Amino acid sequence: MKIEGKKNLWKEYQKEIADDKYFYARSCIRQNFFPASEKTFLQILKNELSKDIYDDAKHTTCTGIAYHTDIVPIETTMTVIARQFSLMTEAGYTNYVPSCITSFGLYTEILEMWEHMPEMETKARELLWKATKREFKKPENLAHASDIIYKFRNDIFARGKYSLVNKETGKPLHVVEHIGCHYAKMFPHRGVGGAEYPYVLAGMIEAFGGEVIDYPERRHCCGFGFRQYVVKANRGFSIASSKKKFESMSPYKPDFILTNCPGCPYFLDRWQYAISEMEGITYGENGYGIPVLTYEELAGLILGYDPWDLGLQTHQVSVEPLLNKIGIPYNTQTKYLGLRGEDLGKPQNPSVLKVY
Amino acid sequence: MSSEIQNKKQILVIGGGIAGTEASVRLSGLGYQITLVEQSDKLGGKLNQWDRLFPEQKPAKELQQILVKGLNTNIKPLLNTTVCDIQKNNGKFKATLSDGQTIVSDAVLLSTGYDLFDARKKEEYGYGIYDNVITSADLEKIFREGRELKTAAGKTPKRIGIIHCVGSRDEKAGNTYCSQVCCITAVKQAIEIKEILPQTEVFCFYMDLRMFGRHFEDIYKKAQVNHNIQFIRGRLSEAFENSDGTVLLKAEDTLLNKPLKMNVDMVVLMVGMMPSKTAAHVSSMLKTNNGTDGFIAQPQGHYRLSCTNTPGVFSAGACTGPKTIEATLNDARSAALEVAEYLKSTNALLN
Repeated sequence: MKIEGKKNLWKEYQKEIADDKYFYARSCIRQNFFPASEKTFLQILKNELSKDIYDDAKHTTCTGIAYHTDIVPIETTMTVIARQFSLMTEAGYTNYVPSCITSFGLYTEILEMWEHMPEMETKARELLWKATKREFKKPENLAHASDIIYKFRNDIFARGKYSLVNKETGKPLHVVEHIGCHYAKMFPHRGVGGAEYPYVLAGMIEAFGGEVIDYPERRHCCGFGFRQYVVKANRGFSIASSKKKFESMSPYKPDFILTNCPGCPYFLDRWQYAISEMEGITYGENGYGIPVLTYEELAGLILGYDPWDLGLQTHQVSVEPLLNKIGIPYNTQTKYLGLRGEDLGKPQNPSVLKVY
Repeated sequence: MSSEIQNKKQILVIGGGIAGTEASVRLSGLGYQITLVEQSDKLGGKLNQWDRLFPEQKPAKELQQILVKGLNTNIKPLLNTTVCDIQKNNGKFKATLSDGQTIVSDAVLLSTGYDLFDARKKEEYGYGIYDNVITSADLEKIFREGRELKTAAGKTPKRIGIIHCVGSRDEKAGNTYCSQVCCITAVKQAIEIKEILPQTEVFCFYMDLRMFGRHFEDIYKKAQVNHNIQFIRGRLSEAFENSDGTVLLKAEDTLLNKPLKMNVDMVVLMVGMMPSKTAAHVSSMLKTNNGTDGFIAQPQGHYRLSCTNTPGVFSAGACTGPKTIEATLNDARSAALEVAEYLKSTNALLN
């Protein structure tokens, strides 16, 4: 593998990412899947980087899942997105930052469509006015939340307590990155590093001291692929996709998987349990799984946040082997305590996959 | 027309590849004075990068020597030279060259050829990133220099995948046209690999096999019958590098209607032809139009293929689209006649 070749390609796929004053749009599902990721993102931007970021409670779904499963027509999607933009306009912001990759892809697609088909933009404005009496300005800058962490990766590392180095061996941790399909596959120039060799997560891993591992099925879908999972009859395709990836990456012995999409970390995490129950196979070291992190969780760990405040106890695959390698302390007594200190109860152990 | 008048007529030929050199020789034979501008240090163009030529695997060097053998005192070749500026005024073309010379001519022949498709643009194939992905031009260079065909790790490849249509017939790459020569080049190179490495398995991944030229079908059959080269009807979707440096290919075998995965030790990408950057530069100064494919337009259709939309400016060879060498040579001779007819007519008008 010629890293220089990748670097030359990355130069062609750089995007403008606003420096401050962000309007944040949360994901529909991330707060259930990885409950502290969005909170951590806001915390890092506000408290660590002193950025102005507005978290608007009035925003709704972007219709992404419904759009990609053909449940809503494009006019509905456009109008909902137009309303999101009107909230941004009303709040006095111009830089739109979605948390969800599918939302980012959909916003990009709609803006691109309006560029080429201005009559559709006119229609969206008419529909929004008719439904809500709202008006909007289009964002001056659209960046995914992972783009923002990428932009400030060196600042985060400079403030951090830990790096992606094995404390026993002193060697960089091996990290597999998985980019959500809707980040750059539709519009390669809208993603840092393009579609084939994306750099947004690889850049974070490098900046935090780790080593990115490329593997043959890197580009393959995580297994969410809406029609694979949302249509129940297709779920075999979903788990088969994840399995294909695990089998391809496991010979490289990755220390963890880094993701930037709502579905990817969920499926790459939970299907490891399902595969272990179905086939008795595990992909990590010593019977454990390969830990899966979101980019906010990773940034939080680097900054020294408590792993349980980051919600890492809600992962199916235990993260403790990774924490041990980096040397991040954790309290086993507080792992399953709620925000008010109440005992949430320890989940039942899987029969094959080892957990802490 | 007397030879005296012809001797006074000057023609500027831009591009000293196959078409430019051949047209210059033909025009000089008709008594014209030619200035032949070539940006590289040698006449012959892409011939100098090739080892052997289809269909008969004759050395490219032989043809280059035949071409330059025709040079004579009526032709002034200017190597390592480019056209910086060219303008048409009162029926004459005034060109400023990179060496500072000014050339005034009565007609201009564009023979700027083509550029090879930059395989790095097909990012998913990994050229420039994966260690064992090369292009047809790289393979030809290995043959020309007499080097052994080895993987990046220095091993003899046991399995090689040849990928057709890289940068051709590809909307994503922005080129919807067929580059014409890649299919037969793939078959030629596959046979050449088998001739030096008979134990190596060779697989050609194709969309359609366009064996339109004389003997092409025979060579295709020979590749299968005599050399056991495998042809898989399926376009490569993507390639990945395995930890041992081998390359995992993913395609769909469209005859079997099944997805296909295959590990190979080496991949050869059949890169197509692109409109040349030199042509774009010169044609913009001469106000000649391009077709939708980016190559120089041929507005007068079937009958006068060498005419551009600018009177006095003509085209020859692959600057008007992908061509085989045979077609290029024929086009060059045709262009020479077209230029001569134009100069005769302008002379008649002057008289």
